[in-house]
Amino acid sequence: MAEKTMRDAINEALHQAMAADDSVFVIGEDVAGCNGAPGETGTVGGVFGVTSGLYQAFGPDRCIDTPISESAIVGAASGAALMGMRPVAEIMFADFIGVCMDQIVNQMGKFRYMFGGKSRCPAVIRFAAGGGFSAAGQHSQSMYQVMTSFPGLKVVIPSNAYDAKGLMLQAIQDDDPVLFFEPKVLYQEACEVPDEMYTIPFGEASFLREGDDCTVVAFGQMVPKAAQAIDALEAEGISCDLIDPRTSSPLDTNAILESVEATGRLVVVDEAPPRCGLTADIAALAADKAFSSLKGPIKQVCAPHSPTPFSPELEASYIPDSSKIIAAIKGTMA
Amino acid sequence: MSLDKEDLLRAYRMMKTIREFEERAHTEIMNGQIAGFTHLYTGQEANAVGICEHLSDEDAIISTHRGHGHCIAKGADVPGMMKELWGSSEGLCKGKGGSMHVADVDKGILGANGIVAGGPPISVGAALAAKIRKNGKVAISFSGDGSVNQGTCFEAMNLAVVLEVPAVFVIENNYYSEHTNISYAVGCDDLKARTEAFGFPVFEADGADFFSVYEAAGKAIEHARSGKGPAGVFAETGRFHGHFVGDPQYYRAEGELEDLRENSDCLKNFRARMAETGEISAEELDAVDAEVMAVIEQSVVDAKAAARPTPEQVTADVYINYGAAS
Repeated sequence: MAEKTMRDAINEALHQAMAADDSVFVIGEDVAGCNGAPGETGTVGGVFGVTSGLYQAFGPDRCIDTPISESAIVGAASGAALMGMRPVAEIMFADFIGVCMDQIVNQMGKFRYMFGGKSRCPAVIRFAAGGGFSAAGQHSQSMYQVMTSFPGLKVVIPSNAYDAKGLMLQAIQDDDPVLFFEPKVLYQEACEVPDEMYTIPFGEASFLREGDDCTVVAFGQMVPKAAQAIDALEAEGISCDLIDPRTSSPLDTNAILESVEATGRLVVVDEAPPRCGLTADIAALAADKAFSSLKGPIKQVCAPHSPTPFSPELEASYIPDSSKIIAAIKGTMA
Repeated sequence: MSLDKEDLLRAYRMMKTIREFEERAHTEIMNGQIAGFTHLYTGQEANAVGICEHLSDEDAIISTHRGHGHCIAKGADVPGMMKELWGSSEGLCKGKGGSMHVADVDKGILGANGIVAGGPPISVGAALAAKIRKNGKVAISFSGDGSVNQGTCFEAMNLAVVLEVPAVFVIENNYYSEHTNISYAVGCDDLKARTEAFGFPVFEADGADFFSVYEAAGKAIEHARSGKGPAGVFAETGRFHGHFVGDPQYYRAEGELEDLRENSDCLKNFRARMAETGEISAEELDAVDAEVMAVIEQSVVDAKAAARPTPEQVTADVYINYGAAS
């Protein structure tokens, strides 16, 4: 099986979904690129290259460049989806949710409920999310933890290329609106990815390590860091479950609770700031549903309550690393 | 685009239905029968009907918080709407949407909308679907003189031109965005010209005259249907009630409402025109009035008797499939 980067895995999913179903199209800023410019149209393929080659393969009607108008992009996707299309819109950086929040939360996410169950809105909105690029306060946020709190939306956060392809194909065939957050620091990370189409169901966590002493739940770019931490602790005789929920909405609560009941300890890791985030959410879940199994305090590993800083040194201390995860695991065992 | 007698009777019946639906809703709200926030369309009926008479179920509309009229004109089930206002589980949206979210996607009604200018971006998407499928359908967004000052409206108009989609932007200028006059809230002197500056033709109409709106809408919708890109309709109109039911309307001039009801009533105007042309007799229109009144009365009786939702329905229809997880 060939190794592919997360970028190429998502790109392959888009190519295959568009070839298989002519109701699928992509829309966003520079998803083709160079429109109206002297340069050759379609040579950008998204600022991270995720939609590369779609313009050449499917033409301007299915790889649609837009002005810089995030609200209109989301509306164009949700309106087309209400009429039976399966759009995949790109909002470039997850931080830009700030300019199109209404179209995502109040419109797309609520149609079905407010319309009494009589509509379907199978739109996918893609975002490059998270820190690691020294991109400072407006181009580094995760945002998925915020969007998880809104009923009506499904929230996907792949942590590797294999999952990214299967989750993207599931997102496109899913009949509910899906927000797909791609940790941008992982775009170049590769693993084995099948050439054929496959889907990964939402709400099914993946177990990346199995152990007895502690349950570690991590999201997105924190998953490889958590794996690194757990592997380092093996030498000290500490073994951990590592759970990647892959989707924060729906959340595989059973997988998390069953693991916590077995290990008696929980560390939750996310790169977002701590307040009202996924780590607090999952800590509360375990405190409520698995309290009698707990042998130590639940530990949350996340960024501090501050915007993402620019300076590489500052960002390195801002985003959790494996040493912080190791300290948390040891902390819950102390 | 000539209107035969059947068309004329249907248009009149539609306007009268909207009028009586709204006036009855007003009464019932004041009596404490209907919960929530309601914004009435009374006085603007000719706009909704003049536009929607050009549309089929496969054409899409997306409306505003003042959405009852657009939804009725596009074919929403009136008794179902009344039940929705009552919050019944038999309502058009099972009591989940209420006045501000009346919708019926099967009829091409992508919903009234509680967010001012929430609709225009979505209409561009519906129009984009029509363009991709080359099916000759159009998507209409209704906006007011308040909505046009929202960035989402600007974005939608520009994107519609860029993508050359069959979107029609209908602007109903009723002069008040909530409690503020257009002379304050729209910075330029000519809103129609500002709209045209986005790069599409805008056809002007008298919003108190069904025939004027019908003619302008015909031009705009034909423009969009024929693949020439978006178009607009700009109609001057007046709402006979406040922004919301219960609005004390401090912003009105003395005699303004009386003048609107006397001189800008689309039903009166329609009747006057029929008296002039002789196409429909006053007796025939009276008969329509009586039928409409009976439908509205029965809708209220049915809404009062309709099933109430039960607590387990709170979490139904959030997703199509959320799986076993939570």
